[in-house]
Amino acid sequence: MLSFIIRRLLVAIPTLLILVTISFTLMHAAPGGPFTNERKVPEAVMKNIEAKYHLDQPLWKQYLYYLGDLVQGDLGPSFKYKDHTVNELISSSFPRSAYIGVLSFVIVVLLGVGIGVVAALNHNRWPDYAGMTFAMSGVMLPNFVLAPLCVMIFAVYLKWLPAGGWEGGRIEYLILPIVAMATSYVAQVARITRGSMIETLNSTFIQRARAKGLPRTHIILRHALKPAMIPVISYLGPAFVGIVTGSVVVDKVFSTGGIGQHFVNGAINRDYSLILGVTILVGALTIFFNALVDILYTVLDPRIRY
Amino acid sequence: MTLLQVENLSVSFSTPEGSVKAVSGLSYSVEKGATLGIVGESGSGKSQSVFAILGLLASNAHVSGSIKFNGRELIGLSEQELNRIRSKEIGIIFQDPMTSLNPFMRVSDQLSEVLMHHKGMSKKDALNEAIRMLDAVRIPQARERVNMYPHEFSGGMRQRVMIAMSLLCNPQMLIADEPTTALDVTVQAQIMHLLRELQRELSISIVLITHDLGIVAGACDHTMIMYGGRMMEYGSTLDIFKMPSHPYTQGLLKAIPRPDDESDELYSIPGNPPNLLNPPTGCPFAERCCEASEQCEARAPALEALSGSRLRACYKPWTPPHRKEPPAAGARLELEAGVRGDVL
Repeated sequence: MLSFIIRRLLVAIPTLLILVTISFTLMHAAPGGPFTNERKVPEAVMKNIEAKYHLDQPLWKQYLYYLGDLVQGDLGPSFKYKDHTVNELISSSFPRSAYIGVLSFVIVVLLGVGIGVVAALNHNRWPDYAGMTFAMSGVMLPNFVLAPLCVMIFAVYLKWLPAGGWEGGRIEYLILPIVAMATSYVAQVARITRGSMIETLNSTFIQRARAKGLPRTHIILRHALKPAMIPVISYLGPAFVGIVTGSVVVDKVFSTGGIGQHFVNGAINRDYSLILGVTILVGALTIFFNALVDILYTVLDPRIRY
Repeated sequence: MTLLQVENLSVSFSTPEGSVKAVSGLSYSVEKGATLGIVGESGSGKSQSVFAILGLLASNAHVSGSIKFNGRELIGLSEQELNRIRSKEIGIIFQDPMTSLNPFMRVSDQLSEVLMHHKGMSKKDALNEAIRMLDAVRIPQARERVNMYPHEFSGGMRQRVMIAMSLLCNPQMLIADEPTTALDVTVQAQIMHLLRELQRELSISIVLITHDLGIVAGACDHTMIMYGGRMMEYGSTLDIFKMPSHPYTQGLLKAIPRPDDESDELYSIPGNPPNLLNPPTGCPFAERCCEASEQCEARAPALEALSGSRLRACYKPWTPPHRKEPPAAGARLELEAGVRGDVL
């Protein structure tokens, strides 16, 4: 087990290197750059700027400069937000997204698994239909529709909750972002849980457990829940990364100041170091949580050994 | 003393295509400490007829008739009431030991939960009792192996675990639904040997379902032959084997390959089992029976008593051989020749 974890962490290094290399190449292959403006800048000024960011150097040298900084944990200065480094930008925005994200994730797990299990236990009866109607709507309704809708109803008309802002993460400022963030994930998890639970309940060993004269609740909790969770865990690992790294829509609509906005801003502004910074963050998190899912498998399923 | 009394049991399943009649008007009884073999091919309703006893049928099943266990009617009991009978008074083992155990739970937990639930034992006592039972089904190093997961056991060992599990609460009856079908022949023999030993030690009744006549011959006091959801023939195992009275039984016995047979071809009863979605109105075997008459196709023959406890559902006249003693070698050949003539 320990050797598996070490191996997974070692594999993460070349994976991240490939990720950085591809992102770096694609980024520079795209026409334009961070200082291409509609307004012409005097050539001397442009030269100075480019020299400051090493943009006058050949690409491979820029790449090596970047890698050199990266191994020291320095993601470089932002090209757009002149007074900030990418480290600063991420460390100021990521905790907010992660805060919303972790709370959303807890709700996704509790509500999603709960709805899925209840639907499965009442297969083809009204709780099943109700749960799956909700799940289908949740999957179909994109968050760029749901988020403004929430603002309109709860902030503008009902005036129950603020329309946006952060205010140190006070609960009333978190509710709407969490709803917008979690709904589609709750729906997905509910659907996966339901399908997997129905399959498990129909499996031979559950039928056989009935013959032991055990009560239904005992069979569901002790015999069925664990195997039914395996597909859900597979989904939740990558989903967790998506949830904690926030969403552009949620950050824009609710002005939370989360990291999601940097994905789009970085790309639009050709903020090279910012693009690479968030890419590496998401990449590293994805690798880490996929490894965590693999480890969780061994906890859940005794037949899996590494 | 009669332990299990089944009367006029019928089981049907409602499907989108219509009602499938799996068991029709089945009646039999099992004495305390006795072993009944139920023999039939796939789809003859033998498994469904015993699942009905423990209320383990699929949710689209309809059951009618009466099943009395120790004088208590089991049909119509609620799940809670059935749960007090399942495993506690009637144990059951299945044909698929590879998939019957929960692969996600340790064997120790799967065994001790039965005792903790039915007998209110503490976790520690239940575990000790589980180990004792694994010992009883001859699992070596039971104390170490009890902490393993099912996938760490072989098929035969898993069936031993299933047997141990079904006997934990000292039930009065054990239903064995093709317990050796999925196992190697040598392991089959070990499991059957174990069942016989346990029956002697614990004096429980066993209902043994199988399609293997060889297993019945070695293990059962009485044998019931089923076909198309109906009883074809019933009697002491010795009588059934020595003097089969029903054309289907005769065909089954003839289909057992014999090493001394010079012919290269294996005998099989021609045709296929009836479709129980639209069961024939007459005898279900009539279509494949070479002695069937119009009468057989029109109406199913009722069970009639032959000599002793023997029952048979067939219109064909039958006279038992005169000998009471098991026929000698020469007579057996004679008998076989007779059977051959009957079936062909």
